[in-house]
Amino acid sequence: MSTTSMHGGGIAIVGASETTDIGSLPGISTLDLHAQAARNALADAGLTVKDVDGVATAGPFAHEVSHHLGITPRWLDGTMVGGCSFMLHVRHAAAAIAAGAADVVLVTHGESGRSRVGVGGRGPNPASPQGQFEAVYGANTPYSTFTVPALRFLHERGLEREALAQVVVAQRAWAVDNPRASRRTPTTVEAVLEQPPIAWPFSKDMCCVVTDGGGALVLMSSERAADLPSADRAVHLLGSGESAEAPMVSQMADPGSFRAFRLASAEALATAGITHADVDHLMAYDAFAHLPLYMLEDLGFVGRGESRDFIAEGNTGKGGALPMNTNGGGLSYTHTGMYGMFAIQEAVRQLRGEAVVQVPGIETSFVQGVGMFFAAAGSLVLGNRRP
Amino acid sequence: MPGPTPVPTPETAPYWEGAAAGELRIQQCTSCTEYYFYPRPFCPRCGSDAVEWRVTSGRATLISYVINHRTFPPSDAPLVIALVQLAEGPHMMTNVVGVEPLPENLPLDLPLRVTFEQRGEYAIPMFTPAEAAR
Repeated sequence: MSTTSMHGGGIAIVGASETTDIGSLPGISTLDLHAQAARNALADAGLTVKDVDGVATAGPFAHEVSHHLGITPRWLDGTMVGGCSFMLHVRHAAAAIAAGAADVVLVTHGESGRSRVGVGGRGPNPASPQGQFEAVYGANTPYSTFTVPALRFLHERGLEREALAQVVVAQRAWAVDNPRASRRTPTTVEAVLEQPPIAWPFSKDMCCVVTDGGGALVLMSSERAADLPSADRAVHLLGSGESAEAPMVSQMADPGSFRAFRLASAEALATAGITHADVDHLMAYDAFAHLPLYMLEDLGFVGRGESRDFIAEGNTGKGGALPMNTNGGGLSYTHTGMYGMFAIQEAVRQLRGEAVVQVPGIETSFVQGVGMFFAAAGSLVLGNRRP
Repeated sequence: MPGPTPVPTPETAPYWEGAAAGELRIQQCTSCTEYYFYPRPFCPRCGSDAVEWRVTSGRATLISYVINHRTFPPSDAPLVIALVQLAEGPHMMTNVVGVEPLPENLPLDLPLRVTFEQRGEYAIPMFTPAEAAR
């Protein structure tokens, strides 16, 4: 496999913003969450919709978002792999810009995940493999499906349910000082374990919050970005990767490790030309508390079975060797249903030095997304220096 | 309350017909001998379309699970949603039934055997601890 980079360090995120508010927003539809985030991100870049010629999104169709905003696109990407779609959009946009197929690409996310305003029905097609062979068993919600492999992961490593609670406590510590976070009360391992189960072994706080909100990104060539008033705030795409495995949790080849995490992250590091030791900051998409454990191990930041101790010893917290999920993550900050956009937004803020809870000295951030439960993965390496 | 029923496709109909007859049938590739699930008209391992339906032993082991206390649609009974490995090799999602849904009753690697729950015209394959009396 060739991992020659199509980026060459030549693509920048020049605009990044979330919706003005996140949380409970019953007055805004899904489509207009996209629009608000897009307009905020363009304002952040010092650009307007008239500058945009490429649109990528997931949820609504890309042409719905582009028309709604008044954009005349010459490039569209509607790749839909769930919550990590936006990682793939950034990767695809970089290739398109490098190839000359687009100049300024807008990537949007919006979801009325909590209030369900302007949202379609739930659940898989009953004639699909998921419908016939998983949904009939009540594996029809994220908390009753995405969570199923976790006990095997823990069992294989001699870990207990307590490891999941360690993740919650570490995430919460980041959220306590973040006024935009949904869950801000400090908690303990004991308190998390004592909560009634939602889907045992998962208690409520081991499951993400459910919110409304959105976010958007504006990408262009680093060369052109250098001419913008916001040039010193540009965040550069250093490397990326994507992969997919099975659309059904039950068909993962190994329930204790996700192949797509391993492949996407390896390609992201290879295309960036860096090693784990070069990474200052990690965003690890945490829809449920088992995911940062899988990711730390599958991405290779720690060895097999070491993820629980790595977190419990404070390495992912303030002052730790690898600050992780510094917005509080999906478990504490926000989770609209497709959280990947928010993971990218926090990485951009940290690299710009503009985060609510800023970690000093971050130059390289690794963003790991997951989508459609254990189906797809997207990885980005972002930096605040043009290589 | 009965759970959801499947909508078979031409490729999956023999599976559901087997279940209605009290058999758990999956496919085997006659080129590479791989048993596989879910149904497809070709082998996902080697690509051969020389595949045949087989009746499985009905034996499986418990790989992982959750005990869902917030079922959708709502129900008072916690539901064991389980990933099992058939004796023939493939993994499948299922429910573990015929046992109180408590972690102490559900150690990983627990031997299981197939059973069927009738829902309208469909029989849904489920599993129960192998040593449980029929």
